[in-house]
Amino acid sequence: MADSAPVSGNASPPPSEAGVSRRQFLGQGAAVAAGLSALAAAMSPLRHLSDDDLPSVEEFLQKHYKEMTPADKERALERIREQVKKRYGVDAKVSDPPPLDGVEFVYGLNISRCIGCRKCVHACVAENNQSRSPEIQYIRVLEMEKGSIDLETANHHYDPEQVPRPDKWYMPVQCHQCANPPCVKVCPVEATWQEPDGITVIDYDWCIGCRYCEAACPYFARRFNFTRPEIPKDEINPNMSYLSNRPRQKGVMEKCTFCLHRTRVGQLPACLEVCPTGSRKFGNVLDPNSEVHYILKNKRVFVLKADVGTLPRFFYYFDERGSRYHEPITPDTKGKELKEGA
Amino acid sequence: MKRYLTFLWDCFRLSFVGDWRYHAWMTVLTLITLGGVYAWCQQLVHGLVTTGMTDQVSWGMYIANFTYLVGLAAAAAMLVIPVYVYRNLHLHDVVIFGELLAVSVILMCLLFVTVDLGRPDRFHHLLLRFNFPISMLTWDVIALNGYLLLNLHICGYLIYCAYCGRKPSKAFYIPFVFVAIAWAISIHTVTAFLYVGLGGRPFWNSAIIAPRFLASAFAAGPALIILTLQVVRRFTRHQVSDEALLTLRRIVQVAMLINLFLLLCELFTEFYADTRHVASIRYLFFGLGEHRALVPWIWTALAMNVVATTLFMLPASRALKTLNVACVLAIVGIWIEKGMGLIVPAFVPSPLGEIVEYRPTLHETMVCFGIWAFGLLVYTILVRVSVPVLAGEVTYARRWGAHPKAESSPLVSASQPEPKL
Repeated sequence: MADSAPVSGNASPPPSEAGVSRRQFLGQGAAVAAGLSALAAAMSPLRHLSDDDLPSVEEFLQKHYKEMTPADKERALERIREQVKKRYGVDAKVSDPPPLDGVEFVYGLNISRCIGCRKCVHACVAENNQSRSPEIQYIRVLEMEKGSIDLETANHHYDPEQVPRPDKWYMPVQCHQCANPPCVKVCPVEATWQEPDGITVIDYDWCIGCRYCEAACPYFARRFNFTRPEIPKDEINPNMSYLSNRPRQKGVMEKCTFCLHRTRVGQLPACLEVCPTGSRKFGNVLDPNSEVHYILKNKRVFVLKADVGTLPRFFYYFDERGSRYHEPITPDTKGKELKEGA
Repeated sequence: MKRYLTFLWDCFRLSFVGDWRYHAWMTVLTLITLGGVYAWCQQLVHGLVTTGMTDQVSWGMYIANFTYLVGLAAAAAMLVIPVYVYRNLHLHDVVIFGELLAVSVILMCLLFVTVDLGRPDRFHHLLLRFNFPISMLTWDVIALNGYLLLNLHICGYLIYCAYCGRKPSKAFYIPFVFVAIAWAISIHTVTAFLYVGLGGRPFWNSAIIAPRFLASAFAAGPALIILTLQVVRRFTRHQVSDEALLTLRRIVQVAMLINLFLLLCELFTEFYADTRHVASIRYLFFGLGEHRALVPWIWTALAMNVVATTLFMLPASRALKTLNVACVLAIVGIWIEKGMGLIVPAFVPSPLGEIVEYRPTLHETMVCFGIWAFGLLVYTILVRVSVPVLAGEVTYARRWGAHPKAESSPLVSASQPEPKL
């Protein structure tokens, strides 16, 4: 309705320097007013911006994580505590555990044992304060056809009554914490980087949300907050850290951090603790007595997409014996296997 | 200084003056732009969930349009090279329109990148921790802004000299012209490298992307200029010779042929080898299972490009009507191919083999239209202002508006409305 063009009235005889006639003045004024009101109407959705969406002065001026002094860091942690309190009514313990000397974490996954129950997926969501609506999951479990490792035939959305299904095997994928991470390389603002213990982290307060890292990742490990994350108040995990599971904002990237708020203080990742089959092994690869060290040395190990040169710290392995696939095959599953294999 | 401010003020006032067609055209563009502002504001409130993008297809129409427009900015270079390198004087008068186009197009590119950001409020982080030279995106920031500044300087200087009624000093713009030529090549190369450098995306991870990108840019850019110049000639008193248009036609001819040849190379490599890398391009051309959202688009684009190339090759396209048809086909065909056809398939299937299709939403489409309208608005104003100034009708000595009737009446007719681009 409102004619919004930046038209200065009927400007045909242009206004002379000497003076502007009354009619012209009114015409121009009306046009300017119409234009401004149209602009205001166009920008009206902004009134729904919540306080959380707008950065406070402090947030706006906050430095990059690596440039913060200890005092800066303490202030940032305090601010996060206050925000969590205000938004979720929870007294959170927000820390910033540093990487440990002489530690490089790796993660092994036993594909002979994994039954595809997705308990790890949900434990991860609960532990890391991921958005529940829309739900963000760091771990994607693929149901693979027996005899194939072709990702393009993987079933992402399997939903049977009971797992494991016969003639399938399961391959959970999460951030591989690559030693040569393509996501870190592409970030234009250095909002994501690799820590000395091998974990690639994101400064959620620095990310500009360009999603270049998401395009670069060959493992579909990164997730973007397309809208404001929603977490029920009673589901908040109060044990938080700056670089891992503190609540994220809208418009930033997030991903698995090997639960660094746990693993840097001697605990195990949540996905490992919940696994009912013991398929998940985590530890310090530099420690010759660690389980992961033993597995890498003695088991049959492979990494996903070795051809892309990312040098993952997440590997898969299988048992020569004792696997569920070595259990005797019942007559009817055998027949099915033969039929499908044909 | 005072003179420069007066110049800016006169340009500002001049941009509001024109006949009813000019005003109607500007009103329509402004309304579409405001529609885009509205949709973008909603996006700021709700997040990028208002778009059709997902974690699987994390770039969509915004980046597709951005990619295409970077190509269009080549138009300036393709006009400048013949004039300054080969001394082709037919094009001399029209170079400035190419550069003005580059300015508006680069502005659109920057807007498309901005609306794609999840946190535009943190834009200043780019200045504080600039991951140069590791991240190709930082190269692109430099390339695009540098190209914008170069072109702003060249056109601004030439127009300001005309306004002051003095001859432009060559030392002040010729070196920049040559830098801008190299720079124009670099903006395409760098933008292509943005995609090419991703090892996890086999569809992009191919050396042919950058040359193909250049070839299609050098076709679509001058094709758009051919159309624009006819609009300028029709609605202003600026003279554009047919020879200039036909010189551009030759450039488009060659570029279209190279583009088709490179496409052939790409199709052969992918489909004959038939490795697993073929999934994305198979999705683009034939669909994967019931997922075939892009199939009609790419075949339309291919048909348009083939018909356009044929028309450009035939002597018939020396006639302007046929030439214009060929130009429109080439512009639209390349828009589909370089935009949606280059960006979206790289995400389908996802790196873990999941197929999630991308469908742009109304919001996203409104933002895109808004930015296009804004670009056209800027370009119209730039042309509207520069034509009378370059023609010497408005100078510092004879300021527009200072002598009411006598000076202004020819200007009112010199308007630039409703080009059907």
